[in-house]
Amino acid sequence: MSAVVTAEPSYAEAGYTVRSWLLTTDHKRVAILYMLTITLMFFIGGAAATLMRLELLTPAGDLVDSASYNKLFTVHGVIMVFFFLIPSIPTVLGNFLVPLMIGARDLAFPKLNLASWYIFVFGSLFTLWAIVNGGVDTGWTFYTPYSTASSNTHVISTTLGIFIIGFSSILTGLNFIVTIHRMRAPGLTWFRLPLFIWSTYATSIILVLATPVLAITLVLVAIERVLRVGIFDPRLGGDPLLYQHLFWFYSHPAVYIMILPGMGVTSELITAFTRKRLFGYHFVALASIAIAVLGFLVWGHHMFVAGMSVHAALMFSILSYLVAIPSAIKVFNWTATLYKGTIEFRTPLLYALGFIGLFTIGGLTGLFLAALALDVHVTDTYFVVAHFHYIMVGGMVMAYMGGLHFWWPKISGRLYPEGWARLAALIIFVGFNLTFFPQYIVGYLGMPRRYHVYPDEFQVLNVMSTAGASILAVGYLLPLVYLLWSLRYGRPAGPNPWDATGLEWQTTSPPPPENFEQTPVVTEGAYAYPSRGAPHA
Amino acid sequence: MPERHAALAPQFDSLEQQHETATLGMWVFLATELMLFGALFTGYTVYRFLYPAGFAEGSHHLDVVLGTINTVVLITSSLTMALAVHGAQLGKRKALLGFLVLTILLGTAFMGIKAIEYTAHYREHLAPGLAFVYGGPNAREVELFFLFYFAMTGVHAIHLTIGIGVLTAVLLLAWRGHYSSEHHSQVELAGLYWHFVDIVWVFLLPLLYLFGRHQ
Repeated sequence: MSAVVTAEPSYAEAGYTVRSWLLTTDHKRVAILYMLTITLMFFIGGAAATLMRLELLTPAGDLVDSASYNKLFTVHGVIMVFFFLIPSIPTVLGNFLVPLMIGARDLAFPKLNLASWYIFVFGSLFTLWAIVNGGVDTGWTFYTPYSTASSNTHVISTTLGIFIIGFSSILTGLNFIVTIHRMRAPGLTWFRLPLFIWSTYATSIILVLATPVLAITLVLVAIERVLRVGIFDPRLGGDPLLYQHLFWFYSHPAVYIMILPGMGVTSELITAFTRKRLFGYHFVALASIAIAVLGFLVWGHHMFVAGMSVHAALMFSILSYLVAIPSAIKVFNWTATLYKGTIEFRTPLLYALGFIGLFTIGGLTGLFLAALALDVHVTDTYFVVAHFHYIMVGGMVMAYMGGLHFWWPKISGRLYPEGWARLAALIIFVGFNLTFFPQYIVGYLGMPRRYHVYPDEFQVLNVMSTAGASILAVGYLLPLVYLLWSLRYGRPAGPNPWDATGLEWQTTSPPPPENFEQTPVVTEGAYAYPSRGAPHA
Repeated sequence: MPERHAALAPQFDSLEQQHETATLGMWVFLATELMLFGALFTGYTVYRFLYPAGFAEGSHHLDVVLGTINTVVLITSSLTMALAVHGAQLGKRKALLGFLVLTILLGTAFMGIKAIEYTAHYREHLAPGLAFVYGGPNAREVELFFLFYFAMTGVHAIHLTIGIGVLTAVLLLAWRGHYSSEHHSQVELAGLYWHFVDIVWVFLLPLLYLFGRHQ
C-alpha cells in the first residue's frame, strides 16, 4: 500500500451531500452521474432482451403475443442504442479521462458538461414514460410510414426523448473537441496523445455532425404524425425512402460512435499489459479519423433492398468495403503489439483480447452485408442481428467492461477482486458467443428478425442462444456485485497499480478535484514503456 | 503567479486561452447547426426535384416584397451586430450598447414581418395540417411546399428568437459594465451566432421566395 501522496481530499471526498453531486461541475463527478444513469438503462434494456430470449425458447408464441414482442424489441433497441451504447464509453470513461489524459484541470466547458447530463436525464424521462405507458412498436429505426401513419403506440414521446438526448450528445462531443484542441498540457503534441483521446476525438466529430440530422428527421416524423401531412407517407405524396436516407445518414455514423471509443480503450489496455509502445501508432491514430470520415459515406448499405439505383448501390458497396481498411489496420497493429510483448493476463487485457477477436468476426461478417448479392439473402435475418451484436456487444460492451476494470482503481481508489473479475470476463466471453454465434447460422438459414414465432427446425439454435443469454446475464451481474463490494473492501490501489504510462496515472487515486497539483509537462509520446531485453522494434 | 482576472474560469490559464476556447466552441456549435439546417435543405431539394411544378406554384403564393424587406432588415442587423462587436473590442461602452439595441430592434422587426406573412398564409388557408384548402391538380405538392416553407422558416425563426434572447442578456451584462476591451468573448460569440442565422436566411430567400418567379 503506497503512502498518501497528498493530504488534499479526492474528488469523491470533496463533498458528501446530494447537492454537492447534483450541482457539481467536476468532470469526474459528472462521469459518475452518467455511469449510474446508463447502468440503470443497461439493465432496463437487458430485461427486455431477457423476455425476448425466453419467448424464443420455443417455436410457438407462448410467453408474449406479437404486439408485445414488437414492443420488447423496440424497447431493447431504443434503450441500448440511444441510452446505453452511444453514451457509454464517451460519457463515462471519456468524461472521466479526457482532462486527466491531457493534463487539464477540467473540460473546456464544465457547466455545459453538467447540463449535458441533465438534458440526458430529462430526455430519458420521456422515453421511459412512453415505455411504462404501453410502449412503442416501430423498432428502433422508426421507419415511415408505419411510425407516422399506422402505429398506435407512443411514437412521439419516444422520439421526443431521443431528440432531447441528441443535444446531450452534441454538447458532449463539442466539449471534447474543444478540450482536446485547447486544453492540452505543455509539450503534449497531437502525436503524443494517448489513442483513447484520438478515438474520442473522432467519435466527437460524428456526434457533432450526425446527431443534428437525426434530430431534425425525428421532428419531421412528429410533424407528419401530428398534422397528418405527407412528408414521408407515399399516400400523401411523401417519399418513405427519404426518411431512410436521413435516418441512416445519422445512424450509420452512430454505429461508429458505438465502436470507435471501444477501439481507443483497447489500444490503452493492450499497451499497458504488454508493456510496449503501440505498433504503428500513427496509423492507428489516423485510422480513427478515417473511420469517422468514411462512416459518413456508407449509409446506403442499409437500403440495398429498399429501392436504390444499381449505380448508387455499387458506390455504397465499394465505400463500405473501404471501411475494412482502417479497421484492419487497427486489428493488425494491436496483434503486432502483442508480439514479443511482456504480456500480463489481467482482467482488462482479457476483455481487450475478447474485443479484438469478436470485433474481427463482427467486422468480417459486415463485409458479407456490404456485398450486394449476399446482402439480399441475409437482409432482415438473424445474420444481421448477430453481426451488429458482435460489434456492439462483443466490441463496445467488452471494451467498456475492460476500460471500467482498468480505470476502476483510478475512479474509486480501490482494486477490484482479480479472481472474480477474470471469472466474469470468461463467463461473458463464453455466454456472448453461445448467444450470438448460433444467430449467424439461424439467420443464414433464413430466420427473419423481429418475429416471436419460428419454424420448428430453428429451435435447437434458438435454445442455444437463450442458454447463452442466461450465462451472459450472470456475467454482467457479477461485476455489478464485486465492483460495489470493492468500493468498501477492495485493497487501496495507489496512484498507479498497473505501472502504466499516461498522465492519469501520475496523480493520486482517486484524483483531487483539480486533477494535478501542478500542470504536468510532457516530454515524450504515449506508451513510453522501458524496453526490456534486446531491442526488437 | 500573476493575479487571476476575475472573469478567468479555473480550468484556464489565461484570458487568451479562455477566449480562443470559447470561440472554437461556438464554431463547432455552428457546424452542428449547419447540419441541422442541412437536413431540411436536403428534404426540400428532393421534393423540389420530384415536384418542380407544384413547388413553383407554391412559391408564387409568397410575398416577395415582404421577403425582400426582411432580407434588408436582417442584413442591416448583421452590420449593426458587427459594429457592436467592434465597439466592444475598442472598449466603447456607448457604441456597444447602442448597436446592441439596434440589432435587437431589427431582429424583432424581422419577426414582426414574419408574423404578418404567417397570418396571411393562415387566412389564405395555406397552413398545412392546420388550415389547408387548395384547388387544382397540384394541391398535394403545394401543401408539401408550404410544409417545408413553414419548417425551414420556422426553425430559422426559432433560432432568431433565441438570438434576440441572447443579445438581450448580453445587453444587460454590457449595461452593468461586465465587458472590457480585453474581456468581451460573449459579445463576439453572440455575434457569430447572429451572423450565422442571417446567412441561413440569405439562402432561404432565393430557395423559397425567388425561384418561382422566372418560371
